[in-house]
Amino acid sequence: MKTIRIQGRSLALLAVVLPLLALFVYVVLRSGPLAPVTVTVSTVEARSISPGLFGVGTVEARFSYRIGPTIAGRVKRLDVHVGDRVHAGQLLGEMDPVDLDDRVRAQEAALKHAQAALHEAEARQAYAQSQAKRYEQLLITHTTSEEIAATKKQDLKIANAALVAARQNLARVRADGAAVVAQRNNLRLVSPVDGLVVARDAEPGSTVVAGQSVVEVIDPQSLWIHVRFDQNSATGLTADLPAKITLRSRNGQSLKGGVLRVEPLADPVTEEILAKIVFDDLPDPLPPIGELAEVTVTLPELPAMPVVSNAVVRTEGGQLGVWQVEDGELHFVSVKLGQGNLDGQVQIREGLAIGDHVVVYSEKALSKRSRLHIVEQLPEAAK
Amino acid sequence: MISLAGRDILNAWGKFVFTGIGLGLLIGVTLTMAGVYRGMVDDGKALLDNSGADLWVVQLGTLGPYAESSSINDDVYRSILSVPGVAQTANVTYLTMQVRQGRRDVRSMVVGIVAGGLGKPGWPPYLVAGRQITRSHYEAVADIATGFKLGDRIQVRRNHYTVVGLTRRMVSSSGDPMVFIPLKDAQEAQFLKDNDAVLKQRQRTAENPSFNRPGVPGLLDAVIASQSKNPYVNAVLVRIQPGYSANEVAQKIHRWQRLTAYTRSQMEEILIGKLIATSSKQIGMFLVILAIVSAAIVAFIIYTLTMDKIREIAVLKLIGTRNRTIAAMIMQQAIALGVIGFVVGKITATFAAPLFPKYVLLMPLDTVAGFFAILIICVLASLIAIRMALKVDPAEAIGG
Repeated sequence: MKTIRIQGRSLALLAVVLPLLALFVYVVLRSGPLAPVTVTVSTVEARSISPGLFGVGTVEARFSYRIGPTIAGRVKRLDVHVGDRVHAGQLLGEMDPVDLDDRVRAQEAALKHAQAALHEAEARQAYAQSQAKRYEQLLITHTTSEEIAATKKQDLKIANAALVAARQNLARVRADGAAVVAQRNNLRLVSPVDGLVVARDAEPGSTVVAGQSVVEVIDPQSLWIHVRFDQNSATGLTADLPAKITLRSRNGQSLKGGVLRVEPLADPVTEEILAKIVFDDLPDPLPPIGELAEVTVTLPELPAMPVVSNAVVRTEGGQLGVWQVEDGELHFVSVKLGQGNLDGQVQIREGLAIGDHVVVYSEKALSKRSRLHIVEQLPEAAK
Repeated sequence: MISLAGRDILNAWGKFVFTGIGLGLLIGVTLTMAGVYRGMVDDGKALLDNSGADLWVVQLGTLGPYAESSSINDDVYRSILSVPGVAQTANVTYLTMQVRQGRRDVRSMVVGIVAGGLGKPGWPPYLVAGRQITRSHYEAVADIATGFKLGDRIQVRRNHYTVVGLTRRMVSSSGDPMVFIPLKDAQEAQFLKDNDAVLKQRQRTAENPSFNRPGVPGLLDAVIASQSKNPYVNAVLVRIQPGYSANEVAQKIHRWQRLTAYTRSQMEEILIGKLIATSSKQIGMFLVILAIVSAAIVAFIIYTLTMDKIREIAVLKLIGTRNRTIAAMIMQQAIALGVIGFVVGKITATFAAPLFPKYVLLMPLDTVAGFFAILIICVLASLIAIRMALKVDPAEAIGG
């Protein structure tokens, strides 16, 4: 009876202590350095990928006209507002002419004065000519002195010269008048093209210097995107490649376009290559100038090659490579990478063959001695 | 030969085991505290390991980029590349800030990494899901501790980023999880704080008469454009060619480029010796106190357990049991108690560790040391109990 009771107690004690010990052994083996590293493994496959390039740019107008005076002055009036459509030759505004109108009137008076002077010179010349003719005949009949006849001849020559001077003076005054009128017209701000007013930089009454813009007009048909591609990831960027454009204000909506040209000058400071992207169809309403746009350029599909996810690629001791699993053994293989696409697939040019098993995800850094616990998906990432 | 200790334990095994478990919880707390201390130091080392660099090149005379702020031009890496012995360089920025996702925000360290440089220093060395960054803008790889998921849209300053990959154990020295974004975006994030700040800065510049001159149109635009650029990074990470010594290359960079370069061991010294020195000492101090308190409680429990049995011990003495047998019984019980406590402690510590918000590293060596410490404490405590037990008068067994 007694022994049974004691055995019963021993069993109860064992029932508590044994699971505790089992749990302890489990804990020691499953945590710390003895624990296996949970990893996922994939197979290298031959696949053809189409690399993509990603850049960020702003919407710009190819033709933008900054209209302003050629000399310093004050803005007199402006007839257009931002957003107005204008046509070629339309008067947009005018600079204050100050005294130019008065000078036009002075030139008109001067013109009349010159015309009158010309009439006077003509009258004098006609009289001098008839006098010279009369005294010539009188000299033939010897009814006048040779000296008087010579004087009349000289009078005619002087009158001829005065007539020429008066004519040229009239031409000069006319040209002067035309010049003042041209200057006056130069103060009119006229649109050179059919376009859209995008900026009104000065209001009537404000003073602007020569060359400063008063109104900015763009040709809305000429919108393009000025895109910057990081030089590191711009392999294969050329003109005529198709592109997808996402405007920041229309996120989720992708517009079609193409590379118009890659700029011959890259930005050496920001280490970017610049390119111009045009829309296939201009969006309606037009995107504002300066809006941020994301551009994805798709390159032609490449021939099939061994391809892995870029999460596979690791660095060990400065060497780029992958962890290959062969018969449950881990070893690091250095590889040479080819091109990659934007979804994270990258070509392996050297180091791996199709069908090789490589580690994709791991819960910590691997080493040669790591024990592996291969799963479909890491438990933490599945949460 | 019957085991007196075993018989005694069996007699009241419930009390004994539960005392052991209680003791185990206390030991578990102590082990966890040791793990917290080790975790702090390991966070610092993880930061250095993850950057994958042999040298950190920072602004001259600073302890950057982790312990102090450091700012160098982003084209300096080109001249560093020309230093003999340098194999690879990569610009990097670090910025600790709140990263917003929906309504919540997560304190994290935003790391700017060179886009398109798969495997370059600074990149997350391994992932647990998703892929590495492929676009040079608006993509992010986040540490899993941020709680972000693949495909989440997160906001850093003015821009939104898509989480394309998740990684693990990428933390700053203070344990904040990292979010990796392309360098150009990170440079902008460091400088362009938010839209309001940008707008106010523009207004301030426009109000400054020396920048907004009526006679010089375009000057204001040029000034604002130059103000909205940030051609600086916090550090250049350098990998060294095999066969060169890190110290020599660091000296060359210091001498000819007029920049400070730290080797891995110097960086560790800065991080552990300077950056987390006081907080780790604080935890260390707490650990010492906890260990002393645990020891005292263990001693006290064993002493009480023996005192509970003082009458039985007196009976044993009365029937002529040898002192050695009694001493062995008490010591065996104390050691058994210690072992149960240690096992329970180790189990609780291991299961509790992942629940902590910051990393808790349970080192096997700490565990082994803890085991022997517990055994020594138990033996010492039992010695006092044995002394009391042996001093007991056998008459007590029959007396009042």
